[in-house]
Amino acid sequence: MAEGAVLPAETLKDPVVGRSLWVEARGRLVRNKAAFGSIILLGLIAFACIFGPFVTGHPFDKVYPDYVKVPASLSSYPKPDQIEPNIERIGARVRAKAENITIKGDDVQMTLVGQRPIDERLLAYFERSDLFGAAKVLERADEGKRIVVEVPLKRKYFFFGTDTNGRDLLTRTMKAGQVSLAIGLLATFVAIVIGVAYGATSGYLGGRADLVMMRAVDVLYSLPFIFFVIMLVVFFGRNFVLMFIAVGAVEWLDMARIVRGQTLSIKRQEYVQAAEALGVETKGIIRRHVIPNTLGPVVVYMTLLVPKVILLESFLSFLGLGVQEPNTSLGVLISEGAKNIQGATWMLIYPSVTLVAILFCLNFIGDGLRDALDPKDR
Amino acid sequence: MLSYIFRRLLSAIPTLFVIVTIAFFLIRLAPGGPFDLERPLEAKVMENLNRIYQLDRPLIEQYWLYLSAVLKGDFGPSFYLRDFSVAELFARGLPVSMTLGSLALTLAVLVGGTLGAIAALRQNSGIDYLVTGLGALGLTIPNFVVAPIFQIVFGLALAVLPIAGWNNGSPANLVMPVLVLALPQIAVVARMTRAAMIENLRSNHIRTLRSLGLPSLTIVKHALRGAALPVVSYLGPAAAALLTGSVVVETIFGLPGVGRYFVEGALNRDYTLVMGTVVVVAVFVLLFNLVVDILYAIIDPRIRYD
Repeated sequence: MAEGAVLPAETLKDPVVGRSLWVEARGRLVRNKAAFGSIILLGLIAFACIFGPFVTGHPFDKVYPDYVKVPASLSSYPKPDQIEPNIERIGARVRAKAENITIKGDDVQMTLVGQRPIDERLLAYFERSDLFGAAKVLERADEGKRIVVEVPLKRKYFFFGTDTNGRDLLTRTMKAGQVSLAIGLLATFVAIVIGVAYGATSGYLGGRADLVMMRAVDVLYSLPFIFFVIMLVVFFGRNFVLMFIAVGAVEWLDMARIVRGQTLSIKRQEYVQAAEALGVETKGIIRRHVIPNTLGPVVVYMTLLVPKVILLESFLSFLGLGVQEPNTSLGVLISEGAKNIQGATWMLIYPSVTLVAILFCLNFIGDGLRDALDPKDR
Repeated sequence: MLSYIFRRLLSAIPTLFVIVTIAFFLIRLAPGGPFDLERPLEAKVMENLNRIYQLDRPLIEQYWLYLSAVLKGDFGPSFYLRDFSVAELFARGLPVSMTLGSLALTLAVLVGGTLGAIAALRQNSGIDYLVTGLGALGLTIPNFVVAPIFQIVFGLALAVLPIAGWNNGSPANLVMPVLVLALPQIAVVARMTRAAMIENLRSNHIRTLRSLGLPSLTIVKHALRGAALPVVSYLGPAAAALLTGSVVVETIFGLPGVGRYFVEGALNRDYTLVMGTVVVVAVFVLLFNLVVDILYAIIDPRIRYD
């Protein structure tokens, strides 16, 4: 018994490494499959949204008049059945009839037959269309009334289809994801800075100051939120950066309440009393001791606030008050998709799936963090 | 209890006053006015309009005029919907919004509460994961996505329900808007009930009930009572929001509720309409906060207000 109680000498060589709350929380978070998967998926979505628009080959505001509302497809455009009607259309503008249209790989050969000699400068119409490249005349016959032309096809991919103006939806969805995520983070950051500072000050000061400060929060709570937001839109016009700083400035109320509650319990802790006894000034105590210790619930609330703000932005965009064209956000895309749901379901499906995926991830991460940071759960 | 309610109602008056004041000056500070058109009106016409609606007086005087009118119950004429007074607009729209909202609220409590309780009783089972997953889905899909999908599926593809319209509140017209309104609330209520139930089922008094060998139905009843507290405190503001109408649902389903007035009023600088809406919403919020506190005392006998 006594021998067993003596630890082998080699295990005592290393000093015992303490496990902090954050290290343990990280371990628990990584073990939570839903939360960890969500972090990875969200990272991938964010990565795709930031770098994707450079890779798709379409600028987000580029309009393809020949590809209005084409369905999502993994194979390239133009489709074989699109080529002939488009050649006939261009042929009419060249004042000639297209015959013997043959598709050879990436080139199309045809014979243009006109009643008068064909003006070859009109062949520029091919290049102006979104389907074809510059036309090359191979043969001339009948004093130019009959020419054989070869035009290369411009292969384009629209994996998510295009919208009602003929813009690539994949690029626009990525751009929208960028805007929505940026707005979510920006507004949340503002809300947290104000909420934490306000709540910590109110809770730490206590007494009459606390009463007055929290009463102000109560009054702001009963002001209809939508009213506030719409007034902000009215004030700041359609400048969405300013507007979301303002939305953040409205969303801080919950944060202030949470942080105040935390602060009330923290301020009775020995280390705070020790700091007070050592004569640290109030500002220093709040900044160095109170705020860092409230961060657990703040982080959790933050991950839940980001989706809230993204939803709010999409709600405003749905009303036409949010981000303005040609810029876009997921809310704008979804409301456009909802208008075109009958003919063009892809316009609703892809942006909605993106939004729901982002929100799902953020919610799971928030839940995971809450479980991970809950000290009762050890 | 009665004296508590009375005191609470009294203390709501200053709050309401502050809200009205903030809202009044906020909307007046906004650039533009109710009679600004693309082609400006003639100066004389504008002057006359401003005089009729008393907009030519100093702002402070207008504020006092508005306050004294509101105290008499007169919310003034609407500037934008010229043939109606604000009170008339609300007399028409509020019953619609309240019908939809109360039905959605009832549905949310019944369905959400049941699902949450079942999930908590069968924690970490298939049903639990299903409820949590559906809850997350209900929270994340915006209602302006759900509503058109419902319209397509039930209105066009299956053709079982009318796509939109109020039709004097016939039940068939109510189904889709109520469902769309209720879905996110069901999700929240289910989540909260589940979390609160799990905590309650582990508490001491439930363990005591179990040790007494009581039937599980009785135990569930007791646990539900404890679990109801956080849900009730969430439902207070949620009920106020639901009963005062939703812009999105009313726009998509073409319903004559009051939800639209906020957006329309603020965008058209319809000062009286916006103020009317602010007052109505604030009254609902304050009222439901009071209801929540009273329900708290009924549910949890440890809470005393006197």
